[in-house]
Amino acid sequence: MSSAAFVIIAIFTLAAALAAATLQKLMHAALSFAVALVGLAAFFFLLGAEFVGLALVFIYIGAVAVLIVFTILLTRRDVGKNRGFNWAGVLIALAVFGGLTWSILKTQSLSILAPHIRALTVKRIGEALMTGYVWPLQCVGVLLTAALIGALILVMEEKR
Amino acid sequence: MSKPIDQVFINAKQWLLSWLAGSPAWVIQVTSILINIFMLLGVFLTLFALISVLERKILARMQNRYGPNRVGPFGLFQPIADGIKMLIKEDIVPARADKLVHFLAPVLLAAVAILTLGVIPYGRNMTPFAIDGGILFFFAVGSATELAVFMAGWASNNKFSMLGAMRAIAQMFSYELPLIITVLPVVMVVGSLMPDRIVAAQAEYTFGIVPRWFVFTPWGFTAFILFFVSGLVESNRTPFDVPEGESEIVAGHMTEYSGFKYATFFMAEYLGMFAVSGLAVTLFLGGWHAPVRLLEIVPSYVWFFLKLSALLFVYIWLRGTLPRTRIDQMMNIAWKFMLPMAFTCFIAAAVWHYTGRGLRGWLWSLFVIVIVYSALSIVLDTRRKFAPRVYRFAE
Repeated sequence: MSSAAFVIIAIFTLAAALAAATLQKLMHAALSFAVALVGLAAFFFLLGAEFVGLALVFIYIGAVAVLIVFTILLTRRDVGKNRGFNWAGVLIALAVFGGLTWSILKTQSLSILAPHIRALTVKRIGEALMTGYVWPLQCVGVLLTAALIGALILVMEEKR
Repeated sequence: MSKPIDQVFINAKQWLLSWLAGSPAWVIQVTSILINIFMLLGVFLTLFALISVLERKILARMQNRYGPNRVGPFGLFQPIADGIKMLIKEDIVPARADKLVHFLAPVLLAAVAILTLGVIPYGRNMTPFAIDGGILFFFAVGSATELAVFMAGWASNNKFSMLGAMRAIAQMFSYELPLIITVLPVVMVVGSLMPDRIVAAQAEYTFGIVPRWFVFTPWGFTAFILFFVSGLVESNRTPFDVPEGESEIVAGHMTEYSGFKYATFFMAEYLGMFAVSGLAVTLFLGGWHAPVRLLEIVPSYVWFFLKLSALLFVYIWLRGTLPRTRIDQMMNIAWKFMLPMAFTCFIAAAVWHYTGRGLRGWLWSLFVIVIVYSALSIVLDTRRKFAPRVYRFAE
């Protein structure tokens, strides 16, 4: 059953990603990108990594997709304009894809059969974050707080 | 404890599934999920129909008039008449609208609302979709609401729709923060993101009388109030229904929708309200547990829906009582008052936990909350009660 689910989700994700890359209207592309992210989250669910999947939905659909959509809305005057096919983009995408494939194929871990690992529960992630990775977590927290304060300063009303 | 009545729905489902005893495992699995989904839809769409007529009745009672009383006994068949009316109305799509996105927006909104309903425990062993990170699922899926509202506003290609969507998204983003942070103390105290565990943690009674619901602790009470207000904003209800305004921006992001699409928006709003209230019941009001040990004979789902109805009544009551707020007032209170108070709940819960969860912890956490509340009241008091109004225009 899980292999059937894998194929269905894979087709769904790839179709959405293809739509995101090829659709004429920028807004449609951004929305299909969000759909592709839902597909990715579904993969994480299928692999038993609930937390990662939920975090993906939370951050990418709830925040990043909305951010992208608003950026398009507020910066482009001619959202509907046809810009023709972007060959440079294809080149860059192919280069990134090639680089990633090359580095993945070079790793040793592909030939090793994955050992049977315990399901990644929220509890284990929490314990890891609060013990071994507490400093990185705190640093990220400080960085995000700084970003929040920076955003507040940017929008602050200037006194005249 | 009357086990058979309490578990009647579970047993009915098992009985239905026993018909499929010989079939492969995945058939049974899929059927079980489908039964859950249909039950969820059946119960909550009925509740939606019921609440929509009850709301009009209660509002009418508050305004000293009759309300709907023509269709059926006491006007109870009004939702059926409304539904038929909505279905046979012409579905108008603006010529310059983005047809596909315009169509998908209400669908996505309703789907999100229904999905969030899935993780709430409605009774003993009655969680339709019991996953480890249930609370996280609720907020993760719920965060797609903003995208749906944006789609509705953008695809309509209308300035009122776009402005309404902007307002809706601004208020949803601002209040999502207090909404999530007020959940954190409960998650921290229970040590689990699973709604069933949170309900189980509120099962016992202090001194055999007072139920151990989190709303009876100082931090829980404060968090409950904050959560309820944020939930009110998230579901765009009066007094926070700023995205809609007949005199300013027509119906906000729903301006260009008519017929059944408009009804779908309406339905999604109510389902979202049920979901937030259901989560409030689960987190702070003890879920499906009875308030008194003697009353545990009453089935668990009855208690859940009684608490849910009580919260829904407060929603309607507020709508009948309060005027609407201005958007800048809303944003001010979100960032200057609600957010610090939400963090205070977090700290007070930690204090409560480390001072032994007893009477001492109770008093210490009360102390923390009172201190911060009074400090915030002094700081935020502008002492400008009746200043001349300053008009500000967009520059």
